[in-house]
Amino acid sequence: MAVSDLVTRQAFADAPQRGAATRLLEDERWLAAVLLLPTVVLLGLFIAYPFVEGVWLAVTNATVGVPGKFVGLANFEALWNDSIFRTAVYNTFIYTAVATVFKLGLGLWLALLLNRNFRGKAFTRAFILLPFIIPTVLSTFAWKWMFDPTFSVINWTLFHFGLIHSRINWLGEPDLALISVIIVNVWRGVPFFAISLLAGLQTINPELEEAAAIDGARAWQRFWHVTWPLLLPVTMVVMLFSIIQTFADFQLVYVLTGGGPANATQLFATYAYQIGVGTGLLSQGAAVSLAMFPFLLIVVVVQLLYIRRVEVH
Amino acid sequence: MAPVVIRNLNKKYNEVHAVKGVNLEIRDREFVVLVGPSGCGKTTTLRMVAGLESITSGEVLIGDTVVNALPPMDRDIAMVFQNYALYPHMSVYDNMAFGLKMRRFARAEIDRRVRHAADILGIEDYLSRKPRQLSGGQRQRVALGRAIVRHPQVFLFDEPLSNLDAKLRVQMRVELKKIHDRLGTTAIYVTHDQVEAMTLGDRVVVMKDGVVQQVGEPLDLYNAPANRFVAGFLGSPAMNFVRVALVENGGMVQAVGDGVRLALPGATAVRLRRHLGEEVTLGVRPEDLRIVAAEAANGLSFEAVVEVVERLGSEILLDLKVGAGSMVAAVEPTVQAKVREHLRLALNPERLHFFDSRSEAAI
Amino acid sequence: MIEGAKWRRWVYFYIPLSAFIIWLLFPFYWMLVTSVRPDRELYRPWMAPNYTPFWTLHPTLRHITDLLTGTLFIRWMANTLFIACVATLISLFCGILAGYALSRLKFRFAGALGTGIFITYLVPQTLLFIPLANIIRNFHLGDTPWALILTYPTFLIPFCTWLLMGYFKAIPRELEECARIDGATRWKAMLYIIMPIAVPGILSAGIFAFTLSWNEYIYALVFLSSAEQKTVSVGVTSELVRGDVFYWGQLMAGALLGSIPVAFIYSFFVEYYVAGLTGSVKG
Repeated sequence: MAVSDLVTRQAFADAPQRGAATRLLEDERWLAAVLLLPTVVLLGLFIAYPFVEGVWLAVTNATVGVPGKFVGLANFEALWNDSIFRTAVYNTFIYTAVATVFKLGLGLWLALLLNRNFRGKAFTRAFILLPFIIPTVLSTFAWKWMFDPTFSVINWTLFHFGLIHSRINWLGEPDLALISVIIVNVWRGVPFFAISLLAGLQTINPELEEAAAIDGARAWQRFWHVTWPLLLPVTMVVMLFSIIQTFADFQLVYVLTGGGPANATQLFATYAYQIGVGTGLLSQGAAVSLAMFPFLLIVVVVQLLYIRRVEVH
Repeated sequence: MAPVVIRNLNKKYNEVHAVKGVNLEIRDREFVVLVGPSGCGKTTTLRMVAGLESITSGEVLIGDTVVNALPPMDRDIAMVFQNYALYPHMSVYDNMAFGLKMRRFARAEIDRRVRHAADILGIEDYLSRKPRQLSGGQRQRVALGRAIVRHPQVFLFDEPLSNLDAKLRVQMRVELKKIHDRLGTTAIYVTHDQVEAMTLGDRVVVMKDGVVQQVGEPLDLYNAPANRFVAGFLGSPAMNFVRVALVENGGMVQAVGDGVRLALPGATAVRLRRHLGEEVTLGVRPEDLRIVAAEAANGLSFEAVVEVVERLGSEILLDLKVGAGSMVAAVEPTVQAKVREHLRLALNPERLHFFDSRSEAAI
Repeated sequence: MIEGAKWRRWVYFYIPLSAFIIWLLFPFYWMLVTSVRPDRELYRPWMAPNYTPFWTLHPTLRHITDLLTGTLFIRWMANTLFIACVATLISLFCGILAGYALSRLKFRFAGALGTGIFITYLVPQTLLFIPLANIIRNFHLGDTPWALILTYPTFLIPFCTWLLMGYFKAIPRELEECARIDGATRWKAMLYIIMPIAVPGILSAGIFAFTLSWNEYIYALVFLSSAEQKTVSVGVTSELVRGDVFYWGQLMAGALLGSIPVAFIYSFFVEYYVAGLTGSVKG
């Protein structure tokens, strides 16, 4: 005991002679600064700086290779009078609204189905997520091939069930093209909704449903009065996430239709790409992108407020 | 091993003043218990000694060193937490060796100390297990072992037994006492359980609302509480309190309250004479009440009705109705008492406590 | 579970679930069939009497061998793998440190920074790709893997930070405090105590980040121009469509093979992936 006591005392005596860096990092404010530095640098360089640059581009007349001069709000004025831009705005809102409603509805339905006990449940759940994890453009190409008017397997199936009599040009007709694009977006988004909502459902104590059943509530009453209110917080967050992603979607439309036919599926992002990268009008492209910002900001603020409210409760 | 001195220690979180001017001198090898209800500042005080909480003002000394600016790792202390805080990804052995490894002890020395501590605590067989494979009591031992191997200047305990079931708690309490007797390391122990405080502490510090109420040896605190809070906090079942007026009646000092009229004995009467005419609080411990035959009644007895009889085996607790108020008496297990029975109870004249109504200090 | 009659189980459960499964998985089956179907069957109109949609009688590996030998597909795979791995590692590194700081340390602006990172989490890539392309050019990163390796963390770090904050918060504070009393510096306590316990969270974040990197399209499309620098998604969609002609067999083979790495990782870590997914939307 005596020997080890000596060792201990020595360690204690040595203690205050630590290096300056060690002592600095024991102060949590300094440690926090050091830990956050890489993140702040990367996000500053590639999010904050591009944002400022984007705002600057949007108020100049820069094109590829030409710095451009300050032109005020001329770009936005031009957009205001641009009928294609207006179509894109209209399409984006329709696309987002319709796709979100279907993703939520079908996703919730699928989640409720998966929440029951059946053989092969884990297996099914794993497979169902595939549309979400497989790179979007690659799976979208499969859909493009399935939509091909001449070789379409969908047409073949519908024809043989007697539902159609002539070929359907899925991506070639304006209204149908928008519907087709929405179908693919819903296809990709449903697994995300289903799995997230399933996670939400699994946190709900089954005794609550059973108690409601004993109280005489029918299945849909149990859902409406017990399950749905408890699921609402998860639903809200998932939906707001999805709205942002859908609103700013690019790859799906770019691959399926490129915004056509006749701009019938043109969205903010595809139009920005077409003008900014395709035509090289950087400033106008940046202006189209930035036009998304007010709506995104509203969604983000709603989400922040909602999360805060949920945390308070 | 070292003394710990706390000088005028304060802790403020924004608006909340959690610890108010605490002064305490803990002698070398002493086992001191900080006790009080939750939110009384006892844990905050301990965490300031540990270095886990910054000190708003005041000083903490371990040995001769002011440790205010030292990070926890340099204070040479060991701490046992309420939830054990065992590292879940390490074996029992590695849990115990971690502190020594951090201090760069030689492998052989680490091994020797870990096995020695495991031997003291009887956990040699579990050294290669992970914490989740252990029972609550075993986890508690590992947490203790982790502190023991360090041979620190001071042991800090933050409610270490409160997650154990009642039986195990008693057993570990005894063991903790033995270990302290054997190692003799200075220990500061925080608990809200007054039984632990009374049984473990060489001295007990009672705290409330961030202020130290009384410091002293357990029985001194029990027998001579400094104020109504300490009197009520220590002892189970708790002390009975009755509001009484002190009046003079035929040269005698009497305490008159709802359902009681007591003639105070000589020494007490002299002590309380200057409070004549005031309302004060009378405190009587349940064990200082005893049942007397109606005819043997003297000036220090009163009438009561039995409301509930709790038979604990070693004693019987009687919940009594006295006037409009209630009292608890702890009586011999052989007493035959029935609900709604009228009894006469006498007080032990040596063991009456009086507290000022406003300041609540003992008088 | 509240059970009902057998026919109800069919109507309310088996039929809808099967419909969902067919709908969600058919495109992948279609990819597979197309990629092994010979061209003469592939370009047979659906009205044709001998159209065999759901299988092929003459499976061929032609498309796959053409893809592997006649295009830069292998190169694209390697590019994507490299970019996704490095971007994921950078993001995990930053996300672990930032997540730890935001969930554990008290400092001024902690709340504001947390909110800031959460907002960047929600910024879609399509909002900033044009100015970012300019910046990439100014930094002379254009047409190099670094253009993506450095920009992917902008959406991966916020995600990793957010997810890991949840994991760190769930670890009892006492573990760290105990380690610090045991003689560890704050840094060592984080390294030896918190990190090993958070391994499942780190794994989830890493796997999710990897799939997000593999999935990314618009940055890769805009920042890379030469064929040998491209990622799988961009390579398949731009290089296998020559002019107006779609080489569907090769395209589907490319889509199939390009999906295999993510599907492979996913199949091994489904639980971690799902944890990442559900953690990513937790408030």
